[in-house]
Amino acid sequence: MSTTIINPGKSFDFKWLQLLFAFLEGDRLVKATSSLVRQLLIPLAALGLFLMLWSAGAASVTTSLGQLPGPAQVWDQGVQLYQEHQAERQKEVAFYQRQEQRNQAKLAKNPDAEVKVRPYTGKPTFLDQIATSLVTVATGFIIASLIAIPIGIICGMSATLYRAINPLIQLFKPVSPLAWLPIVTMVVSAVYISDEPMFDKAFITSAITVTLCCIWPTIINTTVGVSSIDRDLINVSRVLRLGWLTKTIKIVIPSSIPMMFAGLRLSLGIGWMVLIAAEMLAQNPGLGKFVWDEFQNGSSNSLSRIMVAVLVIGCLGFILDRGMLLLQRWATWDRNAVLR
Amino acid sequence: MNNYLSLENISITFATDNGPLNVLDDVSLKVDQGEFISLIGHSGCGKSTVLNIVAGLLNATTGGVLLENREVTEPGPDRAVVFQNHSLLPWLSVYDNVRLAVDQVFGKQKSRQERHEWTLHNLELVHMGHAIERRPDEISGGMKQRVGIARALAMEPKVLLMDEPFGALDSLTRTHMQDSLMEIQGELNNTVIMITHDVDEAVLLSDRIVMMTNGPSATIGEILAIELERPRLRLQLADDPTYNHYRAEVLRFLHDRHAQPDVPTGKPAKTPEVAAEAPAEERPARLKLATG
Repeated sequence: MSTTIINPGKSFDFKWLQLLFAFLEGDRLVKATSSLVRQLLIPLAALGLFLMLWSAGAASVTTSLGQLPGPAQVWDQGVQLYQEHQAERQKEVAFYQRQEQRNQAKLAKNPDAEVKVRPYTGKPTFLDQIATSLVTVATGFIIASLIAIPIGIICGMSATLYRAINPLIQLFKPVSPLAWLPIVTMVVSAVYISDEPMFDKAFITSAITVTLCCIWPTIINTTVGVSSIDRDLINVSRVLRLGWLTKTIKIVIPSSIPMMFAGLRLSLGIGWMVLIAAEMLAQNPGLGKFVWDEFQNGSSNSLSRIMVAVLVIGCLGFILDRGMLLLQRWATWDRNAVLR
Repeated sequence: MNNYLSLENISITFATDNGPLNVLDDVSLKVDQGEFISLIGHSGCGKSTVLNIVAGLLNATTGGVLLENREVTEPGPDRAVVFQNHSLLPWLSVYDNVRLAVDQVFGKQKSRQERHEWTLHNLELVHMGHAIERRPDEISGGMKQRVGIARALAMEPKVLLMDEPFGALDSLTRTHMQDSLMEIQGELNNTVIMITHDVDEAVLLSDRIVMMTNGPSATIGEILAIELERPRLRLQLADDPTYNHYRAEVLRFLHDRHAQPDVPTGKPAKTPEVAAEAPAEERPARLKLATG
């Protein structure tokens, strides 16, 4: 293996970034330039065309909330949302300062006075909602993985168990999150009773709905990965007389890791898609609720704001997928596999 | 020393969709300690089945295998197998592949340091000491097979079973590997059973060549003792009349008395175990280097 300078383009699969670096290094200048044109200019031209079509098309649609917003209005609302976030943060800082001063004054008058520290209760900003969504999807996805991987391994190793569980998997796999949600909501309300709940019920409901929808690809892919393990490798483990546990850890799991990660990546993609719907209905304060609130709000800016949310959801989905791809590449021993 | 390994009247019948298929019929063979045996025969004659039964990976329908007068009932490291397609774990380095076997077999008897040294020793033995940190997909086919042999030798097996170990290699690499194997065999004096399609390989390496009849119901047709001095040198033997006589004997058996029927009409579908044994193409016997 040769060591090269760290090229961030390589690790994030943006080919044009790689090429930009090659260009900056003066590496094969002519070739790099022409590749750069192909890799960077063509997507940019397509993006420009899309924005133009959007702009022209939007102008001709008039809704009850005014004209359909074009790229410019959406951009304005994006900036607006960010400014609102900063303003809210400043208010929060100011609130804690005032509270601190008040308490200081109180203590100065009477050292024994009881001071209260109240948390700030402003409304969550767009950026807070993004964070909530990410935490919710991560929770649902991690729960799903923790359940799905062991089930997949066991199903892959035992044909009998697979035959037993397969109909259930096929039955529940196509169920929409919207169908699960009422059931999950009722079950969570009935089961999750506590005086000082650590988590919001809406959060738990959304996370569990994500879990229920994104558990299946991981189970199926892990099962296939485990059951398609090379017969000769099993024979090696028999000749070595590996115990059940050693065999699972040293041979079965490593051998099925590429398939397992392929499943996990699919699962996260589904989870992110499901999350928005779940948050809308469960009123978990994430991006789904943001979209729903803006829709109910119905101001002239609402459609622009919803479109900001759509773009953010798309970008985050893309970043999550790239992240999983990196993880998949890192975990996959099969160098011949083409992952994209 | 006699009857170190003994195959007693082995028959095996597989259930197939077309009814039971009798692959081996009454195979009996006695192997001395330190003896090098080659099994040769046409594709699908059940050579691999014999090997798998000795390994314990398959159970004979009737008859059985005795190793040092104890019956073989399950696979174990005392009958290490070198598989045709090397069967290294692709996610482990060369070193870790061998170390896994060493840890499993000697985990209780040897200290960590001893196991480390034993792993390196075996890799040196097959001349792979320079590439211990490489992964299997980073080394050539011949090197993979060397590692496979190192892994098998590291188990200190009573019997080394080799299922066409060099069948997937090009002929130059194969000659290198054969020379290496002779060298190791001269040093360690293992008891070896090797399956091969290659007449020269069989004559060059073996003490005895076991020639099998065509399946189904294959059995041992003839056993040819190769009484050539060791160490054997490939180039010297090329013109040796005794050597060529042995070659001719094997060729006559394979292509005259037990020629494979041109159209395998009556041949039932192969069972998975048997199918895994042989490459589809039939390799003609060749004189490597000797003719050139």
